[in-house]
Amino acid sequence: MSAHAQRNIHVRPEIQRPVSNTFILVSVLAALFLNGLPWEGIWLMLRPDFVALVLLYWCMHKPWRLGIGLSWAVGIFADVADASLFGQHALAYTVLAFGGVVLNHRLQMFDLRQQTIQVFGILALTYAVYALVHWQVNGYVVWLYFLGCLTSTLLWTPLCIMFQAMRQMRVDRE
Amino acid sequence: MDNTQSFRFFNRGPSPLVRLVFFAVLSLLLLFVDARYRYLESTRSAMSILVSPIQRLAALPGALWQLAGDFYITQGRQHSLIAENDELHQQHQLDAAQLLQLQTMQAENQQLRNLMALPLSNELTAQLVEIAYAERDVFKRRVLVNKGENGNVRVGQVVMDDIGIVGQVTRVYPWLSEVTLITEKDHAVPAQVLRNGLRTIVFGAGDTSQLSLRYMPVSADIQIDDMLVTSGIDGIYPPGIPVAKVVAIERDPAYPFARVTCLPVAGVDRHRHLLVLSEMAKLPERPLERPVSVDADKRAKTRRKN
Repeated sequence: MSAHAQRNIHVRPEIQRPVSNTFILVSVLAALFLNGLPWEGIWLMLRPDFVALVLLYWCMHKPWRLGIGLSWAVGIFADVADASLFGQHALAYTVLAFGGVVLNHRLQMFDLRQQTIQVFGILALTYAVYALVHWQVNGYVVWLYFLGCLTSTLLWTPLCIMFQAMRQMRVDRE
Repeated sequence: MDNTQSFRFFNRGPSPLVRLVFFAVLSLLLLFVDARYRYLESTRSAMSILVSPIQRLAALPGALWQLAGDFYITQGRQHSLIAENDELHQQHQLDAAQLLQLQTMQAENQQLRNLMALPLSNELTAQLVEIAYAERDVFKRRVLVNKGENGNVRVGQVVMDDIGIVGQVTRVYPWLSEVTLITEKDHAVPAQVLRNGLRTIVFGAGDTSQLSLRYMPVSADIQIDDMLVTSGIDGIYPPGIPVAKVVAIERDPAYPFARVTCLPVAGVDRHRHLLVLSEMAKLPERPLERPVSVDADKRAKTRRKN
C-alpha cells in the first residue's frame, strides 16, 4: 500500500493531481470534529492536533487553494471551539502554514520518511508558538503538552497515504 | 526547484513571507486586545453559534457511550439498582427529618436576627446544569455547561455540586456557559478555617488537582484535616460552603510563609451535574482610597518621626 502510494508520488507529480474544494472543506471539518471529541486526562495530552495535520497537508500540496490566510481563519475558529485567546491558534497555524508552503517547493525532492522529519520540525514550532503565547499570558507551561507533537508526527505518514489514496480514487473514477 | 518558480504565469498576490508577517501581526494584535481588554466577547459568542454544530456532533459519541452504560445498568444489574433505590429511600427519610429541623432553626434564626436588627441573610436558589463539554485545552481547568443566556446564567455566579464549591461562571454564551474550576491556576476563593474562623484565601495550582493557601504565617493555627469553608467576604461566594481540606503543611523557618496544600472537597473533576447558585445581594461599594489620605498618612508618619 505505502510502496504503491509512494510510487504514485513519483509517477505523477503532486501539483498535477486535482482536488475538489468539497474534499478540502470536509477534511478540515472532520479534523475539527476529531479535535472536539471528549478527550480527557492523559489522552488529552496525547491527542494529535488533527487540524494542524490537515492544514499542513493542504499547505504542502495545494498552497494556492488553502494557504496562510485560510489557515489563519481556521485557527480563529479553533480558538472559538477551544475557548482559547483569540489569535492563539491562529498565530500557531499561520506559522504552520508558512512552514508548509516553504516545504511545498521541496516536496518533490523528498520521500515520505524524509518529509516526516521536516514535518516534526514544523509541528514542534507550532506547538512551541502556542505554548509561548500561553506562557506570556498566564506565566506557566505544561510540558506534557508537547507529547501531542510526537503523536501528530506519527500520524503524518498514515494521513498522507490515506489522502493520496482518496485523491487517486477520484482520478481513477474520472 | 527554481523551475517551479518560473512556472508562475499569473500574479499570485503577495509572497508567503509577507503573508506570514501580516497574519502573525494580526494574530498578535487580536491576542493583545483579547487578553488585555476583552473587547471581543460578542464576536466570540456569535462565532460559537457557527462552531457549536461540530461541537455537538463531537460530544455525541461520548453521550452514546454513557447511554449504553446506563442501559446496561438498568437492564443488566437490577439487583444493585433495587438495593440502591432502598438506600436512597432511607437516606431521603433521614434527610427529611433533618430538613424539618433545619426549617425550625431557620425560622428561629430569622427571629433572632430580627431581634438583633441585623439584615437578613438572603436565601440562595440553585439551578441544575449538566456539563456539556470538558475543556480541550491542556492548560486550562474549565468546563462548559449546558445553560447560558437562555437559562439566565450570569458571569460571576458560583457553581457547586452536592458537597462543595466547584468553580465560577466566567463566560456566558447564548446556550452554554464556561465554568472555571477552583483548581485553575491563580483562581482565588476567600475562605475560613471551620475550626477557628481563621480567614485565608484558597488558590488553585493549575497543573494538578490541588489547592494551596498562600501567605499563611509559619505560626498560623492550622492543622492537617482542617476544613476550609467560604467566608462570604467580597460578596461573591456565599458563606459556609465547604471548599477544601488541608492535606499537607510544610513549615520551613527559612521562609516567611508556610506551604499548605489542600484538596478540593467537591468532586471538581468527577460529576456531570452541577448547581449554579443565584447571585448574592450586592454589597455596598468598597470606598475608594483617595490619594489625599496617603499624604495624610505620610504627614502623620513624619510627625511621628519628629
